Amino acid sequence: MSFLSYLINGISLGSVYAIIALGYTMVYGIAKMLNFAHGDIIMVGAFVTFTMVSTCGYPPMVGVLCAIVFCTVLGVVIERVAYKPLRGASKLAVLITAIGVSYLLQNLALLIFGSNSHQFTSVVALPNLKLADGALTISSVTIVTILLCIIIMVVLLTFINKTKIGQAMLAVSEDNGAATLMGIDVNRTIAVTFAIGSALAAIAGALLCSAYPSLTPYTGSMPGIKAFVAAVFGGIGSIPGAFIGGVLLGIIENLSKAYISSQLSDAIVFSVLIIVLLVRPTGIMGKKINEKV
Amino acid sequence: MKMNQKRKVFIQNLITYAIVIGCWIIIQIMIQTGNISSLLKGLLVPLCTYAILAVSLNLTVGILGELSLGHAGFMCVGAFSGAFFTNVAANVIPGTGLRLFFALLIGAAVAGIFGLLIGIPVLRLKGDYLAIVTLAFGEIIKNLINTLYVGVDAAGLHFSIKDTTSLGLDETGVVIIKGPQGITGTPKAATFTVGVIVLLITVFVVLNLINSRSGRAIMAIRDNRIAAESIGINVTKFKLMAFAISASLAGAAGVLYAHNLSSLAATTNNFGYNKSITILVFVVLGGLGNVRGSIIAAVILTLLPELLRGLNDYRMLIYAIVLIVMMIFNSSPKAIEMRAVLRERFKKKSKEAA
Repeated sequence: MSFLSYLINGISLGSVYAIIALGYTMVYGIAKMLNFAHGDIIMVGAFVTFTMVSTCGYPPMVGVLCAIVFCTVLGVVIERVAYKPLRGASKLAVLITAIGVSYLLQNLALLIFGSNSHQFTSVVALPNLKLADGALTISSVTIVTILLCIIIMVVLLTFINKTKIGQAMLAVSEDNGAATLMGIDVNRTIAVTFAIGSALAAIAGALLCSAYPSLTPYTGSMPGIKAFVAAVFGGIGSIPGAFIGGVLLGIIENLSKAYISSQLSDAIVFSVLIIVLLVRPTGIMGKKINEKV
Repeated sequence: MKMNQKRKVFIQNLITYAIVIGCWIIIQIMIQTGNISSLLKGLLVPLCTYAILAVSLNLTVGILGELSLGHAGFMCVGAFSGAFFTNVAANVIPGTGLRLFFALLIGAAVAGIFGLLIGIPVLRLKGDYLAIVTLAFGEIIKNLINTLYVGVDAAGLHFSIKDTTSLGLDETGVVIIKGPQGITGTPKAATFTVGVIVLLITVFVVLNLINSRSGRAIMAIRDNRIAAESIGINVTKFKLMAFAISASLAGAAGVLYAHNLSSLAATTNNFGYNKSITILVFVVLGGLGNVRGSIIAAVILTLLPELLRGLNDYRMLIYAIVLIVMMIFNSSPKAIEMRAVLRERFKKKSKEAA
């Protein structure tokens, strides 16, 4: 029974990683940049939810919606101000700018909320599920997280494959220049991608802090890196890959915490990543890219 | 023409050495005359450490052209192996200076071996995948050292990843690496002079490598791997060489770092990926492949938050904004165009005036 509960908690944690990784992977697929600030948008989303719910006293749903709106706008603004001028510049320059944005968000949060940890109240106010005569308790946050992750995945896949703007995203990620020639507004497509990615980060922030309630300005950075690992794990740029990578990562992390060592769990997660990449250099679902001379 | 170019490189290199030595002389004079603030005095060894780290990472990122996000991991290996040696050899070699010398050699050697071992699998990957795997290795090293307990007694070394008691030491045994608490009681043997000497050696190694046959091979791999391979350059060998040298220099920097602190622990602030990123920022702002730029950027960006200390809470915020603005101004295609236009106009004006 305890194994099952560890497993379910792992899937739940993995679902949060998957939601973050979906944002990561979409931005990477289209803008070809590692958005190091993505993890900090999670933190911003969590803080907005926290302020609306705990300080202003609005119901949790309103708080989460505000966080989504706020992060969407924030994501678009960041893209417009910091990343757009660097389109066409070297990859490293964009990476360093993203790091700068990450520092900026962390330190703004530090100024506004201080470095102390805040107690986040769960946004899911449903009773916990008890199975097998109370031997197995699954918290409501866990269930909501897993369900939400699946819903988001399905919606995202439909959006990309069925709508015009989704098709435009695919085209831009395939070949930026050719997409421009076909009359696709590349700048707008990239902005939409950032908006979706940031909205997902806001949801992930609220869910993450509902499960792990201590909130500081640095809350987002480690999950951000883990989600990045998950995205690479599944094959960066691939949406089902991000989902699988995220869930697997969560399961591995939770099981190694439970059965091997809580201190070594991060090391184990990263070791698995390295092994996977050595066997499949572009991740589980990644496309093999042939090198041209 | 060729002689000319050689002389040009030689003079450029001399300028780099001269800047470092010049700074050392100025600081020495300031110390002698007592014109130095205690804040700056405390920063001297860290400044050398960061400059060495930046120069060594430039070898991987600028010269070899591979993005590494795990440089702090090599620094961590060097720091712990160096500090470990200093503590073990406390009775054998009484002089702290001599011990530091050996510690530097050992730290560099161990980090170099790690660089070689990690480089073999990692360098098969490319681009962002390589970046994430180096980041992963850095975090694994930090994590493992956090769980490592090492003690020494008459029977030799004892290792454990559980706790102190499971080491099974006899009564003369001493625990040296205490898991999350790390190593305590390392003498503060690293002085500014030692730091500058190590920095000069680092610069010497990197500059000579760049201007050697091997260095040209490494740069050929960076510019076009397939072309380099087709003219018979052993890609794996030269990639590994650059990676391992870079790692071992980072290890030496780690030893300096460890000998500037009385207690050393592998925390996120010390050796986490954030540290690797900070070093990467020095390298990119200083200019890829530019050794002098790396040193200058490391010094300025380390001093900047300290100089802004008067602004208290706002200093890191300003640092972040400066970073973003500098990157946009430096690398944005529009900004580059604008700078070219301005230069053109300036030239015209000076011509008209003449």
